[in-house]
Amino acid sequence: MAPQLTPDQYAALGRDLDALRQRVLADLGEADRAYILDIVKIQRALEVAGRGLLFLGFLPPAWLAGVGALSLSKILDNMEIGHNVMHGQYDWMRDPALNSRMFEWDTVAPAENWKHSHNYVHHTYTNIIGKDRDIGYGVLRIDPAQKWNPYYLGNPVYAALLAVFFQWGVMLHDLEAEKLASGEKKWSETAAERRRMWHKGVKQVLKDYALFPALSGPLFLPTLLGNMTANLARNLWAFAIIFCGHFPTGVESFTEEETADETRGQWYYRQMLGSANITGSPLFHILSGNLSHQIEHHLFPDIPARRYPMIAPEVRAICAKYGLPYNTGGLAKQLGSVFGKIVRLALPDRLTRAWSGTVETDRARRAA
Amino acid sequence: MAVTAGLRLLEALATPHGLDRYLELVHPMLTVRELRGQVTSVHRTTSDTVTLTIRPTRRWRGFRSGQFVRLSVVIDGIRRTRCYSPSTSEHRPGSFDLTIKAHDGGLVSRWLHANARTGLVVHLSQAEGEFTLDTARPRRVLLVSGGSGITPVLSMLRTLTDEGHDGEIVFLHYAYRRSDVPHLADLRALADRRPNVRLVLGYTDAADGDLQGFCTEEHLRAAAPWFTEAPAYLCGPPGLMAAVRAVYDGLGIGGLLRTEEFAPAPVAVDTAEATGTVTFARSGRRAPNSGRTLLEQAEAAGLTPEHGCRMGICFSCTSVKTAGRVRDVRSGETSTDPDEEIQLCVRVPVGDVTLDL
Repeated sequence: MAPQLTPDQYAALGRDLDALRQRVLADLGEADRAYILDIVKIQRALEVAGRGLLFLGFLPPAWLAGVGALSLSKILDNMEIGHNVMHGQYDWMRDPALNSRMFEWDTVAPAENWKHSHNYVHHTYTNIIGKDRDIGYGVLRIDPAQKWNPYYLGNPVYAALLAVFFQWGVMLHDLEAEKLASGEKKWSETAAERRRMWHKGVKQVLKDYALFPALSGPLFLPTLLGNMTANLARNLWAFAIIFCGHFPTGVESFTEEETADETRGQWYYRQMLGSANITGSPLFHILSGNLSHQIEHHLFPDIPARRYPMIAPEVRAICAKYGLPYNTGGLAKQLGSVFGKIVRLALPDRLTRAWSGTVETDRARRAA
Repeated sequence: MAVTAGLRLLEALATPHGLDRYLELVHPMLTVRELRGQVTSVHRTTSDTVTLTIRPTRRWRGFRSGQFVRLSVVIDGIRRTRCYSPSTSEHRPGSFDLTIKAHDGGLVSRWLHANARTGLVVHLSQAEGEFTLDTARPRRVLLVSGGSGITPVLSMLRTLTDEGHDGEIVFLHYAYRRSDVPHLADLRALADRRPNVRLVLGYTDAADGDLQGFCTEEHLRAAAPWFTEAPAYLCGPPGLMAAVRAVYDGLGIGGLLRTEEFAPAPVAVDTAEATGTVTFARSGRRAPNSGRTLLEQAEAAGLTPEHGCRMGICFSCTSVKTAGRVRDVRSGETSTDPDEEIQLCVRVPVGDVTLDL
């Protein structure tokens, strides 16, 4: 359980992290540019190879290799490139092709909608119940502070559906369905978002499910299936990585009251306690878009992601200095923890209280 | 027709990234939408200038003499953009020359002087600018330049001679001394070949020029006795521009003078006090700098720029600063680059700033 810090400690924490941030920013340059351009080259090569191999889809090994290459291409495009570029991590390069305001990614969610709900809402109000719409994505009960109701009995089913149709879930997330249901927001107010979804969705569906299959002639169906499989693989992978970022046991949530007048140090504190890392190999980190360093990412969302593993030891030392936890573990451990939570929170609290001590709200534990 | 349809199909297959994002990986000059140029020769004409011959991609629409292009190169990972005027004739097919003077504080010019080599690929804009020869060519023309301002008027001279123009042309150029005059041999050869072209060199730091010291009415009379009756095209440092402008205005013939401001305006002094004016160019509003962040100042001016976190992490409020100096409130760093994207919520103006808002 994380300790509360004194005002002086919060201020010192803020200074330590600001200094670290400044040091990295001052060092950005050719190496960071070369890195992201290399990743882009690999992604485009995998994409071209994947699409090409599917034209030989009558050979099972070619079909499998094609789907594998295309899946990797979509994963790199969405995670290490798209997510990070759209955070403005490479805006300093002043390259329009890698600029947060112009980049589009290979998924149905339009960049502009996503940047609002992700960069602004989620990254500013991380893990504040009632403000961070990424807590359960308006669909799941993922934090004990969300009040149980019978709808949540379907929690595991909703999670499975969200995983399979993740790109569509991310797209629809920006409609803010829960606000539409509560009457807080009118359907007509979503016109701009819906227009962007329609335009982007049509282009993506046309490309993956009509044009490339049609171009492969007699192999229409194998190509269609291949593209669907690649999208599915990307969906499952992105879901797994993203759910491990904020939902493993030990990650804390916050209330609007306790975060009303946050200082910069307190904001950093919330970002550290509201995120969890995943350990793994360098390749694993790249394929996760370095979101395996969710803590570093939430502290410094606009610093190029390749820097996160480099600064992780220092962030961890800063955590230790202030007695704060640094939540990390292997993919299996973190995923298992998330799945356990999804199942446990499907049930009303009184049924699970005896079973586990973690059903108290994080806030209650922190206050205790 | 078939080409357009084919291109549209390819774009639909490449979505969302666009065809160029794939083609450029095969070769940086192989683009269908983006304009780029490849350096085909490099000449270091004086000790601090370099002349690049640039062959642009197919999308290049040509230029009119006097116009400029925006050229971008990557320096330490950052794409830097500067404006340069071609110095060659607008009638030369397939390529143009840029003559670039390495200024002491000039990041891009120094880099190009040191690093430009044959084969280098640069990003280009289409030609821009209103400083061009009148379409109905005047009989007599006075071309006045100083320092690196020589390039657009040299292009005018070469364009006119390519057109077989037989009216009188006076090319009056100011430099510190002879060794600072770019393209001097070319200029002399051209003047020798063409009886209607007269080359007049004014040196401010040497006595062996046709004229000495800074530009005066006497200089103009000596160079082109008819200057009060013919259009003049002027490009150079602020001092030369002001001096020539004063002569023309004093004689009541300001309408004959066509000018291009070449050097950037002097940078305001960095002080703790808020000075200057914030201009919101697109909405046409102006307000004195209050010292608060540009987001707050925009809102105070009645604008509603897109924004989010108001603390520099979400990039929702990123906007283009077209001119002026701003300070990052987090790091204290200042930047003066034109057409720079800045986060309004964490930048304060230092002196005059213009935003594309």
